[in-house]
Amino acid sequence: MTPSPFKTLAAAALLGLVGASGPAQSAGKLNLYNWFDYLPQELVDKFSRQHDVEVTLDTYDSNESLLARLKAGVTGYDVAVPGDYMVRILINEGMLELINASEFPNFGNIPAEYVDVYFDPGRKYSVPYQWGTTGFMVDTAVYDGDIDTLAIIFNPPPELRGRINMLKDVNDVINAGLRYLDLERCNGNPEDLRRLSDLLNDAKRHWLSFNSDGAKEVLVSGDAAVGQIWNGFGMRARAERPSLKYAYPREGITGWMDNLVVLKGAPNLDNAKLFLNFMLEPENAAILTNFARYTAGVSGTEPFLDEEMKTAHEVNYPSSAPPPEFVPPCPDNVIRLYDRIWTNLLK
Amino acid sequence: MPSPATPPPRAASEHARARRRLKARALLLSPALLVICGLLVLPLCIIVVYSFLTPGTYGGVVWRFSTESYVQFLFERDLFDDTLAFSPAYLQIYWRSFIQALVATTACFLIGFPTAYYIATLPERKKYMWVLLITVPYWINLLIRTIAMLFLIRNEGPLNHALLFAGLVDAPLKIAYTNIGVGIGLIYTYLPFMVLPLYAAIERFDFRLVEAASDLYARRWTILRRVILPLAMPGVVAGSLLVFIPSLGAFIAPDLLGGGKNLMIGNLIALQFQGSRNWPFGSAAAVILMTIVLCALLVYVRQQSKARLRQLR
Repeated sequence: MTPSPFKTLAAAALLGLVGASGPAQSAGKLNLYNWFDYLPQELVDKFSRQHDVEVTLDTYDSNESLLARLKAGVTGYDVAVPGDYMVRILINEGMLELINASEFPNFGNIPAEYVDVYFDPGRKYSVPYQWGTTGFMVDTAVYDGDIDTLAIIFNPPPELRGRINMLKDVNDVINAGLRYLDLERCNGNPEDLRRLSDLLNDAKRHWLSFNSDGAKEVLVSGDAAVGQIWNGFGMRARAERPSLKYAYPREGITGWMDNLVVLKGAPNLDNAKLFLNFMLEPENAAILTNFARYTAGVSGTEPFLDEEMKTAHEVNYPSSAPPPEFVPPCPDNVIRLYDRIWTNLLK
Repeated sequence: MPSPATPPPRAASEHARARRRLKARALLLSPALLVICGLLVLPLCIIVVYSFLTPGTYGGVVWRFSTESYVQFLFERDLFDDTLAFSPAYLQIYWRSFIQALVATTACFLIGFPTAYYIATLPERKKYMWVLLITVPYWINLLIRTIAMLFLIRNEGPLNHALLFAGLVDAPLKIAYTNIGVGIGLIYTYLPFMVLPLYAAIERFDFRLVEAASDLYARRWTILRRVILPLAMPGVVAGSLLVFIPSLGAFIAPDLLGGGKNLMIGNLIALQFQGSRNWPFGSAAAVILMTIVLCALLVYVRQQSKARLRQLR
């Protein structure tokens, strides 16, 4: 006699209930906390199958909101994906689990230049996930002039006014402004900040919205003709609207590296480490890269990458543009000043 | 008549019964009281305490007393020399929120009243179907409904395409990412909160009074103004409060439909706990909002009881 599907389901549910109360089940879980739209289901399923682990995924939309929620006492997550400077902050705040990535079997896949990074020398707390740039895209069907300048955002030509989406991210907006004014990053100089604040408040007239998780959608729909965006997300936008073009402003561009970390007090520490090691496998890093469209922080992914990745404007950095700038975390007083400028801008 | 020194057994048993009743009442109330104390009063106390502390750089609070959050609400500290200057920026956010909430409440009433009246006059069986239909939007998550609304009203959305196609406008109407977009979102979200109490009030209404009024040569407008509206007043008040207060603290509509450019109180508070990591200021903003709403309600209640006294005289 074959069991009816209903009975099988009921049995499975019962097992689940019984299992949930015992410690055996918790060894088979992993709770991820990642940026939105940043991990393909294919990888989740693959890891799930390989290690018989039940994976849950929650998302956030900026480094700042990750920090805010962890600070607010959100617990239960094992792995998060902070950007470079945020890794530094989380280490300083004692919020990360020491994992000594050099002991991972796949540690050798990390290129040497990504091991001794300023935010985690020797990779004691993190492993690389993806790296990319934060620039902006312009719809060339709307504007066909020179787009490789931040003036597109801060002093836009008439056809682009009122059609600009900015990332809802204090550092991305402020750093772009500082570059446009040719001022130092992590700037605590009141006179400079006043100029910056005036620039932002003046340019806001021309901005349609502040949105990070809708940054792609607003460009694809055509509501915005300019949008601050991360390069890989931008490449995915171009796939849906080919007239979009990623700009490499000559004033400079933000580079970033996102990293996998294990959060302090992770309920599934062993699975978290398994997952980090799993993501260092070139084939898996390539699946991620083909989905997210940034650049892998792992070597040996080339044979697995899509043909498009080799030629895409968004991921192949032009030699004519200034090198991407990785901005370290700013001192406390500067963070406070930035927050004030940001709140003042949004209100 | 029995002497008071020796109460009859009947009185004693009544006394015991009253005590039992009191006990039962306390027992029945205790879950609600526990919930209110544990989940409302206690968190409120925490918010008030936090609003008088110093913010930590990366969120959280430093346990040092400070009234800075309340000062910051009205004054801006100079970036240079820490001198204070009056700054109406936060007041503007509160003002904008009040106007938005007021407009939403008025619009909900204007749309909701005829709807509720229509439903209340339907035959019994149809009534229930309509009330059910009013609640249908609530089967879908608010976030999804708001994003769907954005897709409808944005520049490249079906609304603007239809208007352009019909030749009614030359350029897309700018509704999304403006205050009008936020208003539409609020009305759409809270309309059922107006319709349902109004319906409950009108449903109990004795329609023979309308006939009586028209027999007495009252015009339709007069009937509405002098007969129907006063009797539906409890529903109007309940509906207005249910729309106004949540609109005031709305957070999703301004963020999505307003493009996050023009904050409302809800966004200001959320921002303090996310991007800006200034918990004390977020708490202070919440306390100020709560105080304003509470004062407005108290004034209203007092006026109502005065009006009732006048009627009794």
